[in-house]
Amino acid sequence: MATVKFPGRFESLAGIRKFVFQAASEAGLDEKEIYAVELAVDEACSNIIEHAYGGEDKGDIECTCNDTNNGLEIIIRDDGRPFDPKLIPSPNFSVELHELKPRGAGLFLIRNMMDDVDFEFSEKKGNELRMVKRKQE
Amino acid sequence: MEITTTQYKRCDVVRSIGRIDSYTAPDLEEILSSLTNDGKYKIVLDMEQVDFMSSKGWWVLIQTQKACKRYNRGELVLAGVQDRIRDSLELVGMGSYFQIFDDLVSAVAHF
Repeated sequence: MATVKFPGRFESLAGIRKFVFQAASEAGLDEKEIYAVELAVDEACSNIIEHAYGGEDKGDIECTCNDTNNGLEIIIRDDGRPFDPKLIPSPNFSVELHELKPRGAGLFLIRNMMDDVDFEFSEKKGNELRMVKRKQE
Repeated sequence: MEITTTQYKRCDVVRSIGRIDSYTAPDLEEILSSLTNDGKYKIVLDMEQVDFMSSKGWWVLIQTQKACKRYNRGELVLAGVQDRIRDSLELVGMGSYFQIFDDLVSAVAHF
C-alpha cells in the first residue's frame, strides 16, 4: 500500500497520474487498463479541485493505491465540500453540437472505465472515492 | 505540452505534443480561440504525439468545433488520434462530433 498527498492544484495532475501509473504497472495491469486508471484518477482529481474545493490551492488530495492481487484499488480523499454523485447530471451526447453542455463527462468516464466506483462522505474523513480496476482474465 | 501552428493553403494545422489535462488544456484553448477569433475555421488538430487527453481537453475541442461549424463556415478535424484516446472519446460518446483521420496528410486533404 502506498499513500501520497498532493496539493490540490491542476499542476499536481501529472504527478498524481505518474503515481497511479507506477502502482498500476506494478499491480500487473495491461496498457489499456493502466490508461483507464490514469484517466479515471485524473478526472476525479480535476473534479475535486474544481467542484469540491471550488478552485486551486484550497486543500490537499490524498491518493492511496493497493495491489489487490487481481487488480488495483485506488482511494482518493479530499476535505472539500461533500460530493453527492446523484446531483451530477448524466451527460447527453445525442444532442446537436450547439446544445452540448460541459458537465458530467468526467464522472461518466470514471464510472465506465473502472470496475467498482464508490463515493462516501463523512465529517471525519471528508470525501472518499474508492475505485477498483481488475485485471482482465 | 508543446503546441505549434502551421498555416496551410486551405486550413491551419495545430500540432500538440504531450498530455492534455485540466492544467494544460487552457493553453490549447488559447491557441484554438486565437485561430477562430482571426476568422480561421478550417482547422486540423494533429494528435499523433498526444498520449493523454482528459474530458477537459475534449470540451476545448467541442467549443472550437461549435465556433468552426457555426454558419457552416468550417470544421475542426482530428488527425492521428491514438487508439486509447479514441476509445475514451467513443466511450463518452463525443466521437460523433468529430471527423478523425488516420494521418495529417489525409486530414489536410479533407479541406
